[in-house]
Amino acid sequence: MSLWEYANPVKFMALSGQVLPWVGGLAALCLGVGLVWGFFFTPDDFRQGSTVKIIYLHVPSALMAINTWFMMLVCALIWLIRRHHVSALAARAAAPVGIVMTLIALFTGAVWGQPMWGTWWAWDPRLTSFLILFLFYLGYIALWSAIEDPDTAADLTSVLCIVGSVFAILSRYAVNFWNQGLHQGASLSLDKEENVADVFYIPLLVCIAGFVCLFLALVLLRTRTEIRVRRIRALEARSRMA
Amino acid sequence: MTLNVQDLKVGRAGIALLDGVSFDVCAGDVLVLRGPNGIGKTSLLRSLAGLQPVLGGRVDVAPDSMAYGAHADGVKGTLTVVENLTFWARVHGHPVRADVFDAFDLAHLKDRTAAQLSAGQQRRLGLARLAVTGRLGLLLDEPTVSLDAASVALFAAFIQRHLATGGFAVIATHIDLELKAEVLDLTPYKAQAAAADPAGFDEAFL
Amino acid sequence: MIALFRRDLQLAMRAGGGFGLALAFFLIVVTLVPFALGPDRETLAAVAAGVLWLGALLACLLSLDRIFALDFEDGALELLATAPIPLEGVAAVKALAHWLTTGLPLTLAAPVLGVLLSLPAGAYGWLTLSLAIGTPALSVIGTFGAGLTVGIKRGGLLMSLIVLPLYVPTLIFGADIVRRATDGLDPTAPLILLAVITLASAALLPFASAAAIRINLR
Repeated sequence: MSLWEYANPVKFMALSGQVLPWVGGLAALCLGVGLVWGFFFTPDDFRQGSTVKIIYLHVPSALMAINTWFMMLVCALIWLIRRHHVSALAARAAAPVGIVMTLIALFTGAVWGQPMWGTWWAWDPRLTSFLILFLFYLGYIALWSAIEDPDTAADLTSVLCIVGSVFAILSRYAVNFWNQGLHQGASLSLDKEENVADVFYIPLLVCIAGFVCLFLALVLLRTRTEIRVRRIRALEARSRMA
Repeated sequence: MTLNVQDLKVGRAGIALLDGVSFDVCAGDVLVLRGPNGIGKTSLLRSLAGLQPVLGGRVDVAPDSMAYGAHADGVKGTLTVVENLTFWARVHGHPVRADVFDAFDLAHLKDRTAAQLSAGQQRRLGLARLAVTGRLGLLLDEPTVSLDAASVALFAAFIQRHLATGGFAVIATHIDLELKAEVLDLTPYKAQAAAADPAGFDEAFL
Repeated sequence: MIALFRRDLQLAMRAGGGFGLALAFFLIVVTLVPFALGPDRETLAAVAAGVLWLGALLACLLSLDRIFALDFEDGALELLATAPIPLEGVAAVKALAHWLTTGLPLTLAAPVLGVLLSLPAGAYGWLTLSLAIGTPALSVIGTFGAGLTVGIKRGGLLMSLIVLPLYVPTLIFGADIVRRATDGLDPTAPLILLAVITLASAALLPFASAAAIRINLR
């Protein structure tokens, strides 16, 4: 019994059908608890006031925006190497989720930036990187939807995803080089010295867990839809041949 | 010098069109492919040329030994006849032999740009390209489209000489080239709808 | 491969080959800038570096869809794929031919257009140098984008959407060289980084372009 067996669409459908309600429920639970806790039961920051609370949306969505692209890259490699259709379809399913996460991060960042920095938008390296990431998502999704043959589309978008990843990282460094920014350092890191205080930290972790579950639930749901679409196509092709 | 095809399965966009095609073509042989439109003649020829992956079965042939010719023959309108042929000859690492121009009745058109040629003349130029590649195996998809009777005769004569020098050809055509050719009707090989196999490992969308 | 290179140059030079169109586009963009920003010399001098780089980049982008689309339509790309030269080589040669007919003329024309935008005197050499080093990367990256979208009808807009984000690092470093030179700073660091991008793209991207073409030809 290897992990790869779940790359079979039928096994995947059976397993994901069972898992989906649990993941969805967990997402709702974590997000409900984390957001309510974060918004109503944490003190205001002594410098940033109540605006700090947007962190509970901003940080998790920003994390997921990057991790979604990373997942698409892994899926692209699996598809190109092992030719599992579920992998390609999962990448296709994840892209719109990723672009929405990027948009949430950009939007909450702007809302946060207005009271903090006095401007909705600044060409700060982090903000700029996310805008560039948004453009990469846009190109990727556009390429998927432009090609009719599903295998060709999967191949080409995978190649684009790999090349795009290299250029996305390159852009990140180029943008750092180009402008030192306003944005604070990472809010989360493994050495605790630089972290935000515990009162904010724990609800933030709950929110991140909620966003991860939400992401999983959405991607599972969308992948299941994509598989069903492929099934319909295959059935149509069969009825044409019969 | 042979082309050996066993139990070949080819298709378009992942859907099988032909299944179980087997044949041998030896040096000096011509195989003419017949069958109704849409049966998969073009897909079969493209698969043999290595332009699209086969879905199953085997193709045994020496590498880089076949030239593919289809409706689109890569002729550039702004280049002259000589320039077009010289380019394809040099890509394949040969000089252009002078007799090619006579063989396809292009000698008087040598310095015209291809855009000034008629459809039939362009087609002759496209076929002359096959001669300059120096490849022994010819995979031809409806080579006689827009050729008049005299040009078809020129083309048949070219194939005849090509066979005599050890070449072979697989031709999808509906007209009779008056060659001593084996004919393969593809109709019996039409792929049947695959049986649903939910336990199949990967392509189990059915 | 030399034959392919010569043919691509011939095709570009002949009537309808599009040689010079990119150059004319570059000229027009640069001419329009003062109409949009006003004729003040100092304003123009401040944006000249960026405008010249952006103009060159857009001019480069315009001619990308010719790289493979014409060969794809008339079947030449299929025939090249069955010819005894590797598709990686075809992609590299086509990128080189594209640079010679687009990037190089743009590089040579840029200093002249710099005069129109009152580019400061010290920056001309760096402008030419940065474009000479940077435009090959634009051609190679663009060849990849063209290979990716060659099978798509009316794929020009889609290709822009895919290629422009890939151009970001090149543009940042390229324009930064000229900006630093304009401000009297040392532009060596971005120059080296730009050279790294160009060399790495030229070495690696032809493989990706060839893979994309193979997929599109299936």
